Amino acid sequence: MRRALSSLFLLILFGLLPARAERVVNVYNWTDYIDPQALKRFTAETGIAVRYDVFDSLETLEAKLLAGHSGYDVVTPSNEPSFSRLIGAGALAPIDRAKVPNWKNLDLALMRRMESSDPGNKYGGIYLFGTIGLGINPDRIKKLAPNARMDSWDLLFKPENARSIAPCGISMMDSAIDVIPSVLRYLGKNPDSIGTDDLAAVEKTLMGVRPFIRTFASGGNLEALASGQICLALVYSGDAIQAAARAAEAKKDVTVRYIAPREGAEIGFDMLAIPADAPHKDEAHAFIDFLLRPEIMAGITNVVRYPNAVPASRPMIAPELLADTNVFPTEAQLAGFFTIGPVPQAAERARTRLWARFKAGK
Amino acid sequence: MSRFFVLAPVWGWLALLLAVPLAIVLAIALGETADRVPPFALGFSLESFRTILTDPLYRDALFMSLRVAGLSTAGCLLLGYPMALGIARAPERWRDPLLLAAMLPFWTGFPMRINAWIGLLADDGWMVAALSWLTGSPVRLLYTDAALYLGVVYTYLPFMVLPLFASLSRLDPALDDAAADLGAPPWVRLLRVTLPLSAPGIAAGCVLVFIPAVGEYAIPELLGGPGAQLAGRVLWSEFFANRDWPMASALAVTLLVLLLVVPALARHMLAARKYCNNDTLNRFQQRG
Repeated sequence: MRRALSSLFLLILFGLLPARAERVVNVYNWTDYIDPQALKRFTAETGIAVRYDVFDSLETLEAKLLAGHSGYDVVTPSNEPSFSRLIGAGALAPIDRAKVPNWKNLDLALMRRMESSDPGNKYGGIYLFGTIGLGINPDRIKKLAPNARMDSWDLLFKPENARSIAPCGISMMDSAIDVIPSVLRYLGKNPDSIGTDDLAAVEKTLMGVRPFIRTFASGGNLEALASGQICLALVYSGDAIQAAARAAEAKKDVTVRYIAPREGAEIGFDMLAIPADAPHKDEAHAFIDFLLRPEIMAGITNVVRYPNAVPASRPMIAPELLADTNVFPTEAQLAGFFTIGPVPQAAERARTRLWARFKAGK
Repeated sequence: MSRFFVLAPVWGWLALLLAVPLAIVLAIALGETADRVPPFALGFSLESFRTILTDPLYRDALFMSLRVAGLSTAGCLLLGYPMALGIARAPERWRDPLLLAAMLPFWTGFPMRINAWIGLLADDGWMVAALSWLTGSPVRLLYTDAALYLGVVYTYLPFMVLPLFASLSRLDPALDDAAADLGAPPWVRLLRVTLPLSAPGIAAGCVLVFIPAVGEYAIPELLGGPGAQLAGRVLWSEFFANRDWPMASALAVTLLVLLLVVPALARHMLAARKYCNNDTLNRFQQRG
């Protein structure tokens, strides 16, 4: 709540600034996904005010961009399925590399991986990346479900585990895009599967634990985990790691840990992109160029605890983060992560319908 | 001719802000989803309406909305009637302050008030602690149906109290006195004199609460559990989460049709009752 209020205050603050400064950039980013100092420094250096707004799921971002005239200048869609779908729909503008000299700082190997979504890397550069897994409160889960493996999706998707943990609070990410592939992977299927039988199996798994889910939330998970209101949540890696840090700061006897489950976790790259109808394209390029500076990227990673794709930032990143394999995965871990591909439009309705039934619990 | 000019702004307003948007929504409802900006293609497909009528998900959502709105309206009436009656019968100098007290909380923004309820109903709030202590077992309030109904009744109560007060304060106190003189005890006076005479206020209050409550999105989203998939919430997720504009529009049209039918039925029933009353009256006169 306090966070919501303070971010509201920030929004008002940024909303008031453009009255004095003439140049503006409207940024639409994930919740808890920026170093606030970076925004201040950008405005101080360039005189461009930042109007900062946040989304908490890819669905919300796509809804706004596909409606058209969103007014945003810089957005951060995940490479699949949103970034590639937005490119396909003609909703993004190509990046003018001449206006982004710091583009050269991007890790070429990682950028090459993005070519499957964006051939030639025309529409975006990597901002941060992370995996989707479980945020847990290990102490309380050990008490409630002493026999459960702590490194597996079983913790959430096995009904007997979920039932034991339920009194302490289980939260599900409210995003069909981000949850269904992980369930498919847990069941040993192709994460991109659109087969009726596979989706029926997903629905059966989800419905099996549905009675034990207290809330569906994306943005709210972080705070709820950190304050101990919930013990188990399907989350983005950095959110759980930020929650762990906040819980440690609060010293309220809550510990939080992130788990990239051993059956495989989805890895997603969030891209810095510019909407096709962005009203301030020059400012957007300046903002992206600023973010790709090694020292700025290092500051962002230090705050939000997601790895970036600017290798030169590493010396300035806190050593304990560099050593944390949940933040910077090892090569062996990277090999175990999976990426997802686009889902055909027709098959998507089957997925969204499944998700609606799951949420309704029938 | 001058009548035309006087009414022109009204017709213009209705056309621009009612007819045109409705036509757009209906056109989208008949279209199909597509990967582009905006994400639909015009056409003539009844697929979305067919899905709404056949998929139990939507039927359940519509029924649940009607049930929540109906029970909340009843709750508002049960709470609001004594409130309005109390205010209307209060001494003259107390009326305005009491009315103000009923309205005052609603001068604060709606999200603020709902967020306050989230804090009050949360697991670590004092309400949960008190209830758990009283019942001797752990109680949960936030994200339950109880919280949902509480939120809806709390939010819409003034819409019930105001028309009820308007109707009750206009009643001639002499009627009540007359009934008392003829030996009617207080509860008979309430049931047979005051209540029937305030029927227009009850009808107005119920319509004012019921109609917006059916389409309510924010309260179930913020206070209700994930199972409380009311029509407003399902519509939101079709539009935002699924980028399925035709489906969202078709749902909006269906909801609108339902909302036009309910008040029409209410009016029909009221008219029928009036007719019935006249009928009894006629019979009395004939007998006399």
